[in-house]
Amino acid sequence: MKRAGRVLIVAPLLVLPVALYKKTSASGHVWQIDPFKCTQCGQCKTNCVRTPSAVKCVHAFVMCGYCDLCGGYLRQGTKTISTGAENQLCPTGAITRKFVEEPYFEYTINEDLCDGCGKCVKGCLDFGNGSLYLQINQDLCADCNDCSIARKCPSDAISRVPADQQYIPKERGTLNPKPLNPSE
Amino acid sequence: MKRKLFTYTIFLILLSLHTFINAQDRFPRPEFESGYEYPEHQMPLERPHIWEYIDVIVLVAALSITTWLALKKRSRQGLIWMSLFSLIWFGFVREGCICSVGSVQNVALALFNDGYAIPLTALLFFTIPLLFALFFGRVFCAGVCPLGAIQELTGFKPVKLPKSVESVMIAIPFIYLALSVLFAALESQFIICRYDPFVGIFRLDAPYTMIVFGALLLLAGVFINRPYCRYLCPYGVILNLFSRFAGKHLTITPAECINCRLCEDVCPYDAIIPSDTALNREEPEQSRKRFIANLLLVPVLIVAGALVFQNIGPSLSKVSQEVRLAQEIRTEKETGIEAISKDAVAFKEAGKTEDELFAEELRIISRYRKASPWAGAFLGLSLGIGLVSLTLRTKRTEYKPHQGKCYSCGRCFKYCPVEVKK
Repeated sequence: MKRAGRVLIVAPLLVLPVALYKKTSASGHVWQIDPFKCTQCGQCKTNCVRTPSAVKCVHAFVMCGYCDLCGGYLRQGTKTISTGAENQLCPTGAITRKFVEEPYFEYTINEDLCDGCGKCVKGCLDFGNGSLYLQINQDLCADCNDCSIARKCPSDAISRVPADQQYIPKERGTLNPKPLNPSE
Repeated sequence: MKRKLFTYTIFLILLSLHTFINAQDRFPRPEFESGYEYPEHQMPLERPHIWEYIDVIVLVAALSITTWLALKKRSRQGLIWMSLFSLIWFGFVREGCICSVGSVQNVALALFNDGYAIPLTALLFFTIPLLFALFFGRVFCAGVCPLGAIQELTGFKPVKLPKSVESVMIAIPFIYLALSVLFAALESQFIICRYDPFVGIFRLDAPYTMIVFGALLLLAGVFINRPYCRYLCPYGVILNLFSRFAGKHLTITPAECINCRLCEDVCPYDAIIPSDTALNREEPEQSRKRFIANLLLVPVLIVAGALVFQNIGPSLSKVSQEVRLAQEIRTEKETGIEAISKDAVAFKEAGKTEDELFAEELRIISRYRKASPWAGAFLGLSLGIGLVSLTLRTKRTEYKPHQGKCYSCGRCFKYCPVEVKK
């Protein structure tokens, strides 16, 4: 009786790896944001199991217009274009603005301060070239079985990507996902 | 014909021009005169995958050591140290991911969906503890599972629950398992991970409700030992089944049981089966009748379970995000109540049509209709087997652990007066 039961139970356990053999991936997958799907809804900041979120803003300098009037750095409707805290869009002051030459400015992200709210990303996409975008920092990500941001992500931008290519970089020449608004 | 071709050519040229113009950035790339060089596009660090393989090696090593401690060395002290190690390593260092309990969902998802590639580590974390359970009993629970370890280490004052309460509560893990497999297989949610009570403690970072749930469980666990393992853990259901057929298992006594009854009441999990006394033995005739009656009840229960779940299937589909969104949008259309959830706002921005969404909703609901009865049938079958097993009685001449329920924690060792002669 016991032996029969054992055989009956071992069988599925042995069949399982065989059945799943073709579906396994040895190198594994990690969660990543597709910057072209992301709508900067702000869920990344609040839904990550990490505090602050493992989602960080990264900057593709080659796409950047180095604008003086930066949609990602300055709050809309500011009176003066300066580095004053009241003018900055980033709630944590994680973006530093550096003068390069007239009329260009370089913007760099301080990753330690960034909390992944995506406000600057939205600003840059709406008014600029879209060189700022969100990525999941794989060094901080807990790699949950069920990414709690992916569960909430309304635009399905977060999916598993192969572990040998852990980031989805934006490069120059990639189509701006939002076409230019003629009224601008 | 020629004219048509001409028009098409013009159109194509215009189209390609349009794409080309659109591909341009809004603001052209600046031409620096000061010799400024573009900084490198820095991405954060990549995750080294070597850790996952180390996890598998540690898992096998920990299981082997626990087996040796429980079956051969018979040392409760050793098992506690092992629990402490697992709690620190799998819990606090590796932060509770990946764990065998949650891997049930990965396996379910991979079995029923072609699009998902299960990580090799997840498959190994699912199968290895089961293999050990099949050979040596639930040693995984004894000293390797971080969820079990945190409860084992905080269970100071064991109190026994009344048998009636116990027998009702042990049904919960079956329901939890059925639902978590159903939800994972239908790509809706990973409820085991989502409602993991201790992972917040491992990460020292969690939403308020999760911390409260975990703390309450731990607090209850001081008296009702291992509440999660006993009344919630879905992986425990599978381990329980495998452990019943274990080749070797932890024994209370190192040699031969002398029926001294000293260990009778020490197990907080009610997992010690007493040896038979002539008093509580039933008449064979009556016993046989009950056995047959319960056996006939099994198919009835399966059908009943399937029917119940068939009915609640569409309601269960509400755990799926798409279904909820579709319902919100439909409410907006029908009653005019504006859909303001973040999902709905993003949906309106994204430019997917409502018809697509409703079609998706229908597809998910029909999948739930098809799959739910199986979950119900599983629950019916489990209940049926449970009832049948109540009527089975084997003659016992010794006190021994119930192989399904015993966590191999080793609490009973010190109560046995029998010593091995050297």
